[in-house]
Amino acid sequence: MKDQLALLLEEIDSGRISRRSFLNRTAAFGLTAALGTTLLPNGARADEPKKGGMFRMGWGGGESTDTLDPSLADSPVPFLVNRQWGDTIVNVTADGQIEPRLAEKMTANADGTEWRFTIRQGVKFHDGSDLTVDDVVATFKRHSDENSKSGALGIMKGIASIAADGQDVVLTLASGNADLPYLLSDYHLVVQPKGGVDAPNAAIGTGTWKVLTAEPGVRYTFEKNPADWDATRGHYDGVEILVINDATARTSALQSGQVDMINRIDPKVAKLLGQSPGIVVSNVSGRGIYVFNMFANTAPFDNKDLRMALKYAINRQEMVDKILDGFGGIGNDIPVNAAYPLFTALPQREYDPVKAAEHYKASGHDGSPIVLTVADTSFPGAVDAAALFQQSAAACGITLEIKRVPDDGYWSDVWNVNPFCAAYWGGRPVQDQMYSTAYLSTADWNDTRTISKDLDAMILAARSETDTAKRTELYSKIAMFVQEESGLICPMFNDFIDSHTDKIAGYEKDPNFEAMGGWASAKTWFA
Amino acid sequence: MVHPILKLVAQRIALGLVLLWAASVLIFIGTQILPGDVAQSILGQSATPVSLANLRAELGLNDPPLTRYMIWASGVLHGDLGHALTNGQDIADAMGKRLGNTLFLAFWAAVISIPLAVSLGLLAVRYRGRWPDKLISTVTLATVSVPEFLLGYILVYVLSVKFRLLPSLATINDGMSFGDKLYAISLPVLVLVLVVLGHMMRMTRAAILNVMQSPYIETAELKGLRPIAVIARHAFPNAIAPVVNVVMLNLAYLVVGVVVVEVVFVYPGMGQYLVDHVAKRDVPVVQACGLVFAAIYIGLNIVADVVSILANPRLRHPK
Repeated sequence: MKDQLALLLEEIDSGRISRRSFLNRTAAFGLTAALGTTLLPNGARADEPKKGGMFRMGWGGGESTDTLDPSLADSPVPFLVNRQWGDTIVNVTADGQIEPRLAEKMTANADGTEWRFTIRQGVKFHDGSDLTVDDVVATFKRHSDENSKSGALGIMKGIASIAADGQDVVLTLASGNADLPYLLSDYHLVVQPKGGVDAPNAAIGTGTWKVLTAEPGVRYTFEKNPADWDATRGHYDGVEILVINDATARTSALQSGQVDMINRIDPKVAKLLGQSPGIVVSNVSGRGIYVFNMFANTAPFDNKDLRMALKYAINRQEMVDKILDGFGGIGNDIPVNAAYPLFTALPQREYDPVKAAEHYKASGHDGSPIVLTVADTSFPGAVDAAALFQQSAAACGITLEIKRVPDDGYWSDVWNVNPFCAAYWGGRPVQDQMYSTAYLSTADWNDTRTISKDLDAMILAARSETDTAKRTELYSKIAMFVQEESGLICPMFNDFIDSHTDKIAGYEKDPNFEAMGGWASAKTWFA
Repeated sequence: MVHPILKLVAQRIALGLVLLWAASVLIFIGTQILPGDVAQSILGQSATPVSLANLRAELGLNDPPLTRYMIWASGVLHGDLGHALTNGQDIADAMGKRLGNTLFLAFWAAVISIPLAVSLGLLAVRYRGRWPDKLISTVTLATVSVPEFLLGYILVYVLSVKFRLLPSLATINDGMSFGDKLYAISLPVLVLVLVVLGHMMRMTRAAILNVMQSPYIETAELKGLRPIAVIARHAFPNAIAPVVNVVMLNLAYLVVGVVVVEVVFVYPGMGQYLVDHVAKRDVPVVQACGLVFAAIYIGLNIVADVVSILANPRLRHPK
């Protein structure tokens, strides 16, 4: 144990682990938190959270139409609001591990078809009632009901039965899934009393903050939950979320000291903003992608040579530099990157006018312009990115015609309907979920129309494979297949860029989502 | 016999009500032919065919349009605007708050801009062709020409970020004192004043100049009255009709047209509320907002008409 402690201390000195995880890990050796604290080197001990103050977040991505029902959350503000008052049974940590939350323990059988989650005892909801196994069961049932409008319906589909057994929730799956805990960390699956069936909008949860006022699209206020089950979080007296959709208004609110943290910094101003006094800009590479989708089963994109021609005709590095101003990672025509567990890097596909021209010639395309549909809402900078693509393709002798359409109705009438268009994906916590959502033949959102029995079989095999080495290899094969055969052109992974004042301490980067995966208000404090 | 003025005013009001009804029909038809579908817009990228069908049935989107219009119109006449499709909030409640905020902002912008515009107009006429006239015209023309969002950003940059004098966020809520609210909205009020000032000022100036050509002005001048008295006492009353018209137009703009300013200053007014619900195809809210905007616009124009009628002595004192 002594050696392990020495190792931990070394890690914390080099900044590799945070004070919090140091304490957690020392606790794992049976040390008390108090003793753990005394072992900390001085620098880290100075990080002791201070209590008090009102934390104000200026957030983009909320509307007057938002609800407090976690099942309907689909944009940044409802996501953040749910994070304040609610908890999920498990959570994905910044380094991609599963952290037990309302479940304190989990076990699975050998083939991953039966999972048991032991629910934590002594947790109270904001209305004073106790969290029970039945509440968790009812929550899961509400989100997996075929009639439900829940955003988590898709990921709950594979669960055949949900039952309570003593302190445990037992989930039985139709086919094994080694990633189930990752799926259950989904932000829609906030545990509500009686599953929130009677009162989905009540915003009664087990979280750090109790909702005081909720004015959708305007402002939300929260007070500290005095009975919070997790004593390590929640250092402020209260939280205020102001909905500020205009990017310029957000940055000026931060600069003039009216809010303490903002999200979604425009990459074009991020460097400038970072130079302002008292302002810290944090970018973290996430799993979000900006893409151009071709329908691999629709002419002319059903021709593999034409698809390859277009894949070689895009200058990915130029896109990262010009569209993301360097705040992002280069894409490789696969929807996953190093932020995913079990990821194996493939050789980088480069911009290659010669190969593009060869494939274009081999495809026998008649030279008529290929229409690329794009709207401002496709992703930030999509129209400019399409213009760059047009230029780089022109240099390979391929004519692209950009058809710009209005934002209105783009996600219902163009994306997943039009055979060649721009889009974005927010990413998923694990590879299986990403591939299952968008690359299975049967998936509703197969927006590249990649229809292949081989690929389906590999995705399903990887899902139930419990041997990590074999699984990693399967995912590597899947990635190779998708890179070669699918209709996906993925030029870039975008960063989450948020910004806060230098009065905020305890901020840590989290690739899961902006604002430390939504937990910034629970984990930071005023220095 | 009914006084002809009463008759005229009654006619105007009746016409206004007919217009309002026509507007309600247009709004209803307009919201029916919007592209896209409410259920699809609410669920967005996370829509599946099953959840779409469920939501459509729940929202009553399968009834014929005429039935829906009758249900809606009778609800409105009973003061019931219904519930928002997207978040189930009572529309009258939610909109009432937003409308109150919009009127609060418009009121303070009007209280400052109207007297200022009229006085500047009078001053400009008094010093016509000389430097005060030119200064007033140039400055107001400049502020009216700069797009309002740019004006907003410039003021935010200078007054909030650089000198930290005024708040860049104008979010107000019930917990704030009256003074806090006024302080919070100081920047948007300033922008709105600058935006509407030019139009009203120039109209006042033009209308008075028009009257200044009349023989009775010459008489007044020959009587030896001071120029400013001639303008204020003799010229202005006869220029009221066009001035009131343009003032009402600007008032209507202050209530229904300030969504850009609301966005820049994050002000919780009607404009942003309407835009959010249009984007999500929340038809009952869009209809209710449309109706309220139409009523305000028509109401203000009725006021302008009535004031013009009353300002006309020939109608006030019939033979």
